[in-house]
Amino acid sequence: MASSNQQLWLAWSLVSGGFLALLGMGLFMTSQAAESPRLAQVRAWFLPGETSHGHFQIELACEACHVKPFGGSELRQQACEGCHAAELTESGDKHPLSKFTDPRNAPLLERIDATRCETCHEEHRPELTLTMGVTQPADLCAHCHSSIAEERPSHAGMKFDTCSSSGCHRYHDNQATYEDFLLRHAEAPALLARVESRATNFAELAAMLPDYPSSRFPLQPLTFDQADAPAPAASSVQARDWSHSGHARQGVNCSACHGGTEGSAQWIARPADETCAGCHSLQRRGLEQGLHGMRLGLGLPAMRPELARLPMRKAAGNHELGCTSCHTAHLVDRVAASRDACLGCHADEHSLAFDSSPHGKSWARAVQGSTPVSEAVSCATCHMPVVAQRLSEFDLVADHVQHNQSATLRPSEKMLRPVCMRCHGLGYATDALADAELVKRNFSGQPAVHVDSTRMAVERDEAIRRQRQQAALEQEQSQ
Amino acid sequence: MINNQREYDMTGRARKGAIALVAGMLMATGAAAAEGVSYKELADALHTVMDSDRTIYTRMVVNRLQNEEKVIKASEHWKDDKALPLPAQMFRFGSEMVAEKQKMFTYSLLSEWPVNKQNAPRTPVETAGLKAVVANSKQPFYKEETIGGKKYFTAVYPDIAISPACVSCHNGHKDTPRTDFKLGDVMGGVVLRIAMK
Repeated sequence: MASSNQQLWLAWSLVSGGFLALLGMGLFMTSQAAESPRLAQVRAWFLPGETSHGHFQIELACEACHVKPFGGSELRQQACEGCHAAELTESGDKHPLSKFTDPRNAPLLERIDATRCETCHEEHRPELTLTMGVTQPADLCAHCHSSIAEERPSHAGMKFDTCSSSGCHRYHDNQATYEDFLLRHAEAPALLARVESRATNFAELAAMLPDYPSSRFPLQPLTFDQADAPAPAASSVQARDWSHSGHARQGVNCSACHGGTEGSAQWIARPADETCAGCHSLQRRGLEQGLHGMRLGLGLPAMRPELARLPMRKAAGNHELGCTSCHTAHLVDRVAASRDACLGCHADEHSLAFDSSPHGKSWARAVQGSTPVSEAVSCATCHMPVVAQRLSEFDLVADHVQHNQSATLRPSEKMLRPVCMRCHGLGYATDALADAELVKRNFSGQPAVHVDSTRMAVERDEAIRRQRQQAALEQEQSQ
Repeated sequence: MINNQREYDMTGRARKGAIALVAGMLMATGAAAAEGVSYKELADALHTVMDSDRTIYTRMVVNRLQNEEKVIKASEHWKDDKALPLPAQMFRFGSEMVAEKQKMFTYSLLSEWPVNKQNAPRTPVETAGLKAVVANSKQPFYKEETIGGKKYFTAVYPDIAISPACVSCHNGHKDTPRTDFKLGDVMGGVVLRIAMK
């Protein structure tokens, strides 16, 4: 009997030990867990709650945020800053950390610790999570700015939760909502007469880059006959596609990506995405910062539409996202990548409404050749806009496609300046973005929502001018 | 510590001037009293550097290019307006970078008549200090204070309208609570806090 009990205990201990070992492997074998689906499943047991929209793709790469098991809040804060600090600085963050480390703000921090991202962006708390991954109650602003009506009488009686929900203010990025900006654009019409087109002259840029291999690939157009691929490949459809590509126009031959030339043992039949990054590191970095490529950035298997939370086309479910999923490898057709690639996967209301929208119709005309592409609007025009970006290794700023499609969506007002205002007036664009139904219709129709901030700014400006003129007049009369 | 700094840097001492002195003093903050450098002396040295840099920027860059040579404007929205940052902004950006780099001391530009209401005095020492330097611009104000359970040596230095750019901008700003500043007026104060051991 005793022996039987001992055997049971032994078996129980082995099972428990094995289970604990499995848990330990899931928790501590960080790199293996990222690659092994079974260990990833074990990791999923540790998730304390559903992860927010911004992070769910990387939720099993626990160390991306926690840095190490039981790392603590300091390391988590560093992880937040590691991914998001540069973007916040770039957007002129109105509530940066440095503003709150001054001891005079200590009493304010006792109520809201604004030095830590997690104070407002708590993870794994779906029951609290609002849009933008915000978990802080809507009265956040009132804690420090409750006396706003004293300096802005127009704000008297406004509800404590309307600061950001009205479309007037944002905690981090107020580049398109600050008062003088509203005044400057107060009279702008819905549609501007001139469309601002941006593009970088690649030849000029390459001439400035010390490591551009111009001796191997001079900046001169190449033709189909000049392809330096091995014999069968040199006459392939792929080579034909390449001859029509931007690569061929800029003198980038087959060997630049495939690693070798005709007859060379170094020829790589299917170069990996990292090859693209060899020259397009800026674009790659953008990709890895957004929802398309954040998994790649952490060494996880590529994102697939079937894993997404937004509605996607079922047929594209197992499509792996990387450079060549949107840019075909040889033709590198930017026109196709600007609409066709997006709508090949995305099937939400906004995406499905694109073709019948004014933007979509303008794109169709451009694809047919009846209007210049630079005057049309594709999916990428808004979600991957051409913006001035700094090449990190140099103090060199040039216009490039922003491949982090989330950059202009966190929140969508970030789209106002780099995107909407190239064609539309500020007031119209602000109203349009604030109208959720209009956004769903991909801007077919007129905004039914009106954000009142410009009117308030104009009225205040006029009132102060009148007041000062009156005071000057009275002073003149008294002399 | 300061002596070590001086020995180490004998040849470059004159060239590096006040900055080397402040660097040495900073390293000595933890044992300021024991090494013979008081919190007051440290505060004064730090303020000398920040005040000199700001005066140079105001006179040699902003006032010269905007008011005298009229080739470029200084603007609160300097990035959008393709203009120079205002001297007060330059000062604040510096203080924010200093705050990011270390925790031993902080400084800010406050006023009884702030354009940004967040820069109004908040602690009793700030209130008393700003009143004192407005009443007597020759004499900085020093006081120890406890905030959030931590002890600080707080110094308040008068911030004086040294150039026409200061006066015209503050008097004309929409958010200013005061429109009659004149050259030489104390417009506010630099509040410098050193964490005490």
